[in-house]
Amino acid sequence: MLRDITIGQYYPADSVIHKLDPRTKLMGALLYIVSLFVFRGVAGFAAVTLTLIFIIALSKVPFGYMVRGLKAIVVILVITIVFNLFLTPGEPLVEFWKFRITWQGLENAGFMAVRLTYLILGSSVLTLTTTPNQLTDGMEQALKPLNKIRIPVHEISMMMSIALRFIPILIEETDKIMKAQLARGAEFESGNLIKKAKSLVPLLVPLFISAFRRANDLAMAMEARCYHGGQGRTKMKPLRYKRKDAAAYLLSVGYFAGVIALRIVF
Amino acid sequence: MSIILDKVNYVYSEKTAYEIQALKNISLKIEDGEFIGIIGHTGSGKSTLIQHLNGLVRATSGGIYYNGRDIYEDDYDRKKLRGMVGLVFQYPEHQLFETTIFADVSFGPKNQGFTKKEAELKAFTALRSVGLSEDYWYRSPFELSGGQKRRVAIAGVLAMDPEVLILDEPTAGLDPKGRDEILDQVAKLHQERRMTIILVSHSMEDVAKYVKRLIVMNQGSIMLDGTPGEIFAHVQELEAVGLAAPQVTYLMHDLRKRGIQASGTATTLEEAKEAILQAFHKK
Repeated sequence: MLRDITIGQYYPADSVIHKLDPRTKLMGALLYIVSLFVFRGVAGFAAVTLTLIFIIALSKVPFGYMVRGLKAIVVILVITIVFNLFLTPGEPLVEFWKFRITWQGLENAGFMAVRLTYLILGSSVLTLTTTPNQLTDGMEQALKPLNKIRIPVHEISMMMSIALRFIPILIEETDKIMKAQLARGAEFESGNLIKKAKSLVPLLVPLFISAFRRANDLAMAMEARCYHGGQGRTKMKPLRYKRKDAAAYLLSVGYFAGVIALRIVF
Repeated sequence: MSIILDKVNYVYSEKTAYEIQALKNISLKIEDGEFIGIIGHTGSGKSTLIQHLNGLVRATSGGIYYNGRDIYEDDYDRKKLRGMVGLVFQYPEHQLFETTIFADVSFGPKNQGFTKKEAELKAFTALRSVGLSEDYWYRSPFELSGGQKRRVAIAGVLAMDPEVLILDEPTAGLDPKGRDEILDQVAKLHQERRMTIILVSHSMEDVAKYVKRLIVMNQGSIMLDGTPGEIFAHVQELEAVGLAAPQVTYLMHDLRKRGIQASGTATTLEEAKEAILQAFHKK
């Protein structure tokens, strides 16, 4: 049940996308996300869809695995569609009681749904093909200039990498505690809302305690190894751009320019 | 009255890159009143196996029968099964959550549908049988030491009055004194209540001293199944899979090599003493 959560999960495979520099992938993902909000019309839609299919195919991550990440946003998706559908003014399509669906509403709802879905899919390509360590490394490198205006880039990326690293650990822990309480006759899925909320106490209390214990242990272990923040810290595997990164940059910028051009032309 | 496993297979994260077959074709019969030890290397499938016994994990294929009934039948009450087959997880103290020890121990029986009075009575009996001093009962479980917390957690399962008690590494991380206390208490439950006990461990000494039957797991299958004496005769095979026999077994082995005619199946200190003394009397 809890294993279905794919946020921040890495899927090991041997593909070009996996081997790209994390900075390249971050940039690519960013450009793709921006392009999702730039495109308009059928031509633009075709461009973003084909690109996504192309990238997913390149990444060698099973499509089914990627779609699982969508489960988390189903609610948001439905709300967005409903709001867009009913609250967009324009030419009426159907009308009943107090509601009115317009052509524009239908169009907006459709494009918003596509945008959100692609947004999740596109960013999950990034997280599924990049280990959390690489990802934060890339982020730290890419944001380094911000150090000059006193933004603690290293600390932020360290916090991020710890948080990401702990997602699977805490999921596993939750699973364990859940089973232990189930073995004591607890039930998590039956009863009304209040009963359900109450049934979470035996799960949440031990989970919080263990999270604090782990945080404490980790802080201790880091201090025992003389961790003192980013200054003067070197890397065992410093990031280096390769030839395929240049190609990837060119392709992403080209793609982005293409989407903008499509929007202007049509 | 028994637990029967029929060709049970279990696969983790099926159809992903992380797919692991944790159990391979496990067939097993556990009789009423047995005291069984399950040993195996880390990742050999011991913990997965025991989670099948009370229906927490559903086998990918194969059947499990408790007292002659298929636990995977649609109308089988698996919640009731969890009351009958009590499972104490590894580091069970991590599951404590109530404000007082007494309230935490009565959590199980309350879930089983007993009234407050009955649940408290069961908690009382359970706390008594794990030997925790009454001074502690109304304190927070988080004030206790590791060994005491573990006893409270075991009491939490005992309070449900199980017919079968499964303990997953109950002595992990305890000092020798705490370890002996817990295992002695478990042995007492076996003797006094005729409870079926399944002890998962990788400490050979613990297991040899208490259990009557040993199951050795390796890479998801049962490698050996027999009395401790029979099992520890296979020292080489055990070592090949990263396990070891108890220290005394090695001693007896070496003694035999040097020509002392002591019988070979001793697995505990007591048995070894007897065997060595006998060998000397023969001379």
